[in-house]
Amino acid sequence: MSKETVAKDTFSKEAMERWLAAIALPLIGAGAVVALWSLTSATFAESLPSPAKTWEVSRPYIVEPFEKRGELDQGILRFTWYSLERVVKGYTIAILIGAPVGFLLGMSKLFRGSFDPIIQILRPVSPLAWLPLGLVLFQKPEPAGIFTIAMCSMWPTVLNTALGVRAVPQDYLNVARVLKLSRMKTLFKIMLPAALPYMFTGFRLSLGIAWLVIVAAEMLTGAPGVGGFLWQEYNALIYEHIILCILTIGFVGYGLDRLMGVAEKRLRTA
Amino acid sequence: MTTPSLRPILSLRGVSKSYGTTHVLDDISLDIEAGEVVVIVGFSGAGKSTLISLMCGLDQPDSGEVTFKGSKVTEPGPERMLVFQNYSLLPWLSALDNVALAVDQVFPGWSKEKRQTHIDRFINMVGLDHARDRKPAQLSGGMRQRVALARALATDPEVLLMDEPLSALDALTRATLQDGLERIARTSGKTIVLVTNDVDEAILLADRIIPLSAGPRATLGPEFPITIPRPRERRALNQMPEFRHVRTAVVDYLLSTKRGPRPAAAPAIAPLAVPSLEPAP
Repeated sequence: MSKETVAKDTFSKEAMERWLAAIALPLIGAGAVVALWSLTSATFAESLPSPAKTWEVSRPYIVEPFEKRGELDQGILRFTWYSLERVVKGYTIAILIGAPVGFLLGMSKLFRGSFDPIIQILRPVSPLAWLPLGLVLFQKPEPAGIFTIAMCSMWPTVLNTALGVRAVPQDYLNVARVLKLSRMKTLFKIMLPAALPYMFTGFRLSLGIAWLVIVAAEMLTGAPGVGGFLWQEYNALIYEHIILCILTIGFVGYGLDRLMGVAEKRLRTA
Repeated sequence: MTTPSLRPILSLRGVSKSYGTTHVLDDISLDIEAGEVVVIVGFSGAGKSTLISLMCGLDQPDSGEVTFKGSKVTEPGPERMLVFQNYSLLPWLSALDNVALAVDQVFPGWSKEKRQTHIDRFINMVGLDHARDRKPAQLSGGMRQRVALARALATDPEVLLMDEPLSALDALTRATLQDGLERIARTSGKTIVLVTNDVDEAILLADRIIPLSAGPRATLGPEFPITIPRPRERRALNQMPEFRHVRTAVVDYLLSTKRGPRPAAAPAIAPLAVPSLEPAP
C-alpha cells in the first residue's frame, strides 16, 4: 500500500517539476525582463518606451495584423510575410548552390584543396558588406537583398554537407563497391541518404542566418518588411514600433528554428 | 598441402600485405574449389579480415596475386559477394529494401515481378517475413545479420565470402545462426569462404579448415579436412571422436604459432631489454 502511494507521489512531483520547467520558469524569466524594462524606461532611459506604452502604440498593428493602410503602414504580420518571402528566395538559392558545393568539397580532395581556403575567408563576411556589392551588381534593391541573404546563409549548408559526406561510413561505400553501383547510384542511393542528417543541421543553421540577414538587408534597402518597418519607424521617432519589430523578429526566428528542429528530428529517427 | 587442381575457382598465390610498417599477411597461397566450404580460423587481429578483403577485391595485395576463375582480382564484384562483419546494412532502408537494392542492381534485366518474388524468397528463407518492413535499428543483431545474409545470397554469388559473420552476436543467437549457415552450406551448393575465431563453428561448417597463424606476418598452416557427414548436428558433433580430435589439433596448432616469434619472423635487430608496453597481439 505504502509503496503505491510513494510511487504516485513521485509521479505527481515529477509532473509538477515538468510543468514548472516548461511553463512557470519561462514566465518568471520573461516577467523579470519586462520588469527590468519598465524600471529602465521609468528611471534613466526616458526615451525608451515602457511596456504599457509599447503595447498601446503597437495595438493596431497587432490586432489587425494583415491590414494595409499604405505602403509603409501595414499590419505586422503582413510585413513579416514580405520578409519571409524574401528569406525563402534567398535561402532556396543558398541551398541549391550550397548543397552541391558541399558535396564536391566532401568528395574531392582536389576541390577541397582549391576552394576550402577561399570559403573560409568569405564565410565571416558581414551582410552589411555584401549588400552594397549586390546593389552594384543588380542595380535594384530587391535582388540585392536576396543576393545578400544567399551569400550569407550558404556557408553552414556548404560546410555541414561536406562534413556529412566525409562522415559516410566506409562500410556503406564498401557495399556500393561490392554491388558495383555506378557513381550516380552511389551518390544518390548511398551518400546522399547517409549525409542527409548532417545536411539538415546545415539547412537549419542556414535558415537562422537568412532570417538574421533579412533585417539588415531591408534596413539598408528600405524595402517593405519587418526590417524596413523598423528603420522607418526609427526615422519617424515611433520607438514603440522598434520594440514591436524586435519581438516579432525574435518570435518568427524561434518559430522557424523549431519547425526545422521538428523536421530534423523526424529525419534522424527515420 | 592443398592438392593442386586444374581450375580452382578462387586462388591466392604468394599473397603478402602490409599496412604501414605492420606486415599483416605473409606469403599466403590457397586454392578454393567450386562448391566447397573453406573455413579459415585464426586469432582476433591475426589478419583474417584483411585476407577476406583481398579475396573480395576491396583491397589489393602488396605482392602475389588473387585470381578468380583464372583472371586477376582488381576490384570487388557481386560474383564474390561479401557478408560483412558488422552487417553493413543501410540504416535508412527497410530489411526488404536492403535486399532489394542488391537484387535490383545485380539482376537489372529481370521483370519487376520476378525480382520481387526473388526478394521475397530470400527474406522468407532467413525467416524475416514478419520484419521485412522494419529498419535495421528496429532489428536485433541476429536479425540484422540474417538480412545481410539474405542480401548476399539473393545476389546468387559464385563465391560467398563471410567475414566473421557471427562474431558480434550473443552465444545463443550465434548457435542458431550457425545451424542456419550449416543448412545453407549443405543445400545451396555454393562455394563459401568463411573466416572465424570459433573452432567449433569451423568444424560444424567446413569441408576443410585452414588455420591462420598468429600475426604479425600471419600465414596459413596445414589444412584439416573435415569428413564428418552432413547434415551435422551440434549435439551429436560434440560426442564424435573426430570432432574432438580435430578441435584439439587446430587449437594446438594455433597456440603453437603464438608462443614466441617463429624463426622467420625474428626481428633483425635485437630488441632492447626493457619491458614492452605494447599489448599482446
